[in-house]
Amino acid sequence: MTTQLFGQPVERREDPRLLRGEGRYVDDLGRSAAAAAFVRSPHAHARVLDVDVTGALNVDGLLAVYTFEDLPERVAQPLPLLIPHPALTHPRTQYALARDEINHVGEAVVMVVATDRYRAEDAAERVAVTYEPLAPVVGLEQSEAARTLVHADVPGNRGAHMVQQVGDAPAAIAAAPHRLDFRLDIERSASTPLEGRGVYARWDAQDDSLRVYSSTQTPTGVRAAIAAILELADAKVEVIAPDVGGGFGVKIMHPWPEEILVPWAARTLGREVKWTEDRREHFVAANHERAQEQHVSVGFDDEGRILGLDVTFLHDHGAYTPYGIIVPIITSTQLPGPYRLPAYRVEFSSLYTNTVAVTPYRGAGRPQGVFAMERTVDRIAAHLGLDRTEVRARNFVLPDEMPYDLGLIFQDGRPAIYDSGDFPESLRMLKELIDWDGFTAVRAAAAAEGRRLGIGLGCYVEGTGVGPYEGGHVHVETNGRVMVSTGLSTQGQGHETVFAQIVATELGVPMADVHVTTGDTRRFGYAVGTFASRAAVMSGNAIALAARSVRAKAVKVAADALEANPDDMEIVDGVVRVKGSPADAIPLRQVAVLSNPLRYSFSEEAKAATQFAAPADPDEPPIPRGEAPGLESRDYYSPIRSTFANGMHAVIVEVDPDTAEVKVLRYAVVHDCGNLINPRIVEGQIHGGVAQGVAGALYERMAYDEHGQLLNASFMDFLMPYATEVPRIETAHLQTPSPLNPLGIKGAGEAGVIPGAAAIAAAIEDAEGYPIMRMPLSPDDLFRLRREHAEEAAS
Amino acid sequence: MTRTEITLSVNGCQHTLALDPRVTLLDALREVIGLTGAKKGCDRGECGTCTVLVDGRRVYACLTLAVMHDGATVTTVEGLADGTDLHPLQQAFISRDALQCGFCTPGQILSAIGLLAEGRATSEQEIREFMSGNLCRCGAYPNIVAAIRDVAGAQ
Repeated sequence: MTTQLFGQPVERREDPRLLRGEGRYVDDLGRSAAAAAFVRSPHAHARVLDVDVTGALNVDGLLAVYTFEDLPERVAQPLPLLIPHPALTHPRTQYALARDEINHVGEAVVMVVATDRYRAEDAAERVAVTYEPLAPVVGLEQSEAARTLVHADVPGNRGAHMVQQVGDAPAAIAAAPHRLDFRLDIERSASTPLEGRGVYARWDAQDDSLRVYSSTQTPTGVRAAIAAILELADAKVEVIAPDVGGGFGVKIMHPWPEEILVPWAARTLGREVKWTEDRREHFVAANHERAQEQHVSVGFDDEGRILGLDVTFLHDHGAYTPYGIIVPIITSTQLPGPYRLPAYRVEFSSLYTNTVAVTPYRGAGRPQGVFAMERTVDRIAAHLGLDRTEVRARNFVLPDEMPYDLGLIFQDGRPAIYDSGDFPESLRMLKELIDWDGFTAVRAAAAAEGRRLGIGLGCYVEGTGVGPYEGGHVHVETNGRVMVSTGLSTQGQGHETVFAQIVATELGVPMADVHVTTGDTRRFGYAVGTFASRAAVMSGNAIALAARSVRAKAVKVAADALEANPDDMEIVDGVVRVKGSPADAIPLRQVAVLSNPLRYSFSEEAKAATQFAAPADPDEPPIPRGEAPGLESRDYYSPIRSTFANGMHAVIVEVDPDTAEVKVLRYAVVHDCGNLINPRIVEGQIHGGVAQGVAGALYERMAYDEHGQLLNASFMDFLMPYATEVPRIETAHLQTPSPLNPLGIKGAGEAGVIPGAAAIAAAIEDAEGYPIMRMPLSPDDLFRLRREHAEEAAS
Repeated sequence: MTRTEITLSVNGCQHTLALDPRVTLLDALREVIGLTGAKKGCDRGECGTCTVLVDGRRVYACLTLAVMHDGATVTTVEGLADGTDLHPLQQAFISRDALQCGFCTPGQILSAIGLLAEGRATSEQEIREFMSGNLCRCGAYPNIVAAIRDVAGAQ
């Protein structure tokens, strides 16, 4: 019997390979390739006066040194603005190698290529660049003051300004019985996957074609950019994302300068070239995120019902805007979360600073929006002396209001309309999971031992599965193998497993027969990429649709061969058979043979498909009109709009009364991503997200000094959680299927990280007894806050 | 360039290598011998993805020069399985879903083998503490700890 694999916690099929050391990441490939290294700016803002490469020229093994002057015209243009938007009035993107002005520490100035990386770095060290340092702009305060400009032709350092509103929030707030105004701050963080970026390019001079391996979240995006900039036909450029050692958002950015320069050098030099980013490069040359300053005004009634919410925020997008203003747009539109806001106004300015560019990192603007909203709800509860869960419940959008239109335009350019969810039920489950009502006793018991505990929660709604589309290809080969491909790539999400589960279930074949390839333009050329918790929703549904078409065709071909009624057929364990008559059956591999009329046989089975073997209607063409040979199908899923997942987290923390250390004692998650394809994998995604949520709340920040130097550009100083910092995570799932797609699924990739900072801030606030208005919060920060509040209380 | 000749026994195979003295053990394994299981996550001893066993002890292969280990016995992730039979820790990582992208995994496994040999896996707290030299950005820590506990418990 074929098992119903969709929904089962099957073990990941990629694991044995990865556990044996047989994973193939970019740097594991191309051992004989020449190596590239980069000379990067030590200044945050400077003019390049001179580049002297003579010192590098006598380094043994040197193959080439390239500066901006060496780049051909098309490569010497600014890199693409990926997502233009009318509100982004002053977009700026960087050059592949700096032309005359440097805008952040780490910007590439010179590329060196040598026979190996040691020699490439030897040569890079000997390149002398003369800079004229300029005054840098660091931090939102300086950027907004605009006494110094990042780009001389961008007034006020303002790249974009945008307002969205529903109703008249200022009027609603003015008329409300209660009003609160406050400021919130969130610092910079970054994806920092353990595998940094990497590009390996092979130019085939005989074929005039290029193959590029890149550690990317979008091979098709990289291919389009390379083909355009190197002026090659798409068909002559293959881009493959091999195993990717984590992405978390940063690798959706493309094309990186190196993704253009390395292939260009490979073609120019006529040899394989590889560049593997080192850790410091990743900190100073790969993008960051978060960093907002938010000003909130809220009006509410005596019951805690929000009447109007007005949020103005500044967003630090760094030196360039290659990814447009997606991050602040997501903050703006996801900020309302599960709450009904009768009037909502959100305004942001996206500002330039002399720091690394900001593009999505897991959560992509949502953690900031949720921080604003959840801190607001907690302030309302504190103001009115109400339980925090009660205020939330009073403001929830209710299940019978779905679909619920926020009246805002989401990141896909379409209306933000919640399609599903049951927020009251999620909250009930969360309260039960963490024993919210029993916490008073827990706190008291701990207090009796001199320990200080607090509890908090955070709720969010997450638009997932954004368009425009993904595709899937399912092909039953004549040996019975089911080959599946989709264009988006994988960075550890278990796509090989879940897509195989979907196909095995839809087609009725054993999972072992299903072979999945992702992120390889040779196999599937049309795709968007892996981001926005979209892979399962987009490619999962596309693959399911393709599998359904294959199934329909298999049943038809088999029915013809068996002279049976297609409606009476089923596919079980890879065999097409007549229901109730198992003897009337053909294996799928034989159906695959029959579905491809042959002139030439290639095996014993194939003889059945040749022209003299099978009786056929002589008045009909061998392939019916409108059909194609082969048992395969390609299909696409293109949703009208995003589907919205949601979740709620609760956390209990202990704060040390002396050292101000914060320890997470319990972390509970209720998660609703619709139908689960594989609960184990969803659980893993949640764990990973929570780890990054805890990190964003307590540990991680990009510490730029006033000169624009990143002071903590190493894993020693940028504090990522170790095994000691990530708590055990208790999870429960509510499944409200999405009505928008055939599988009823919603995305899960980013979920875990989104409300982390909000929930932990709430728990610390509960333990400490004064408002927590910024994240992250180190023991040092908390210690100072304590002192400030003690001094305030004393005066 | 001066080259120094050394012999390494890696996963049971003898390798005689003539190396630039500044080549790290990690680069000797990856670039010279061609065993790419040990990964380069930071190249400065901060992430643990390059962890291998040298004479049975876990070390960061990026922080030590290959020429310092003439005559040493090195175990990398490629040397753990016995044919199709996975090492118990490899199997436990599958059963506990203790990996996502897999980049840190070889280092986690080697580090855990070292930890078990050191007798320092007697409690969850101890495992967390003595595995804290191996970062996992996918955040699979709860399951990594569970996998190590399973194997420690079975021993």
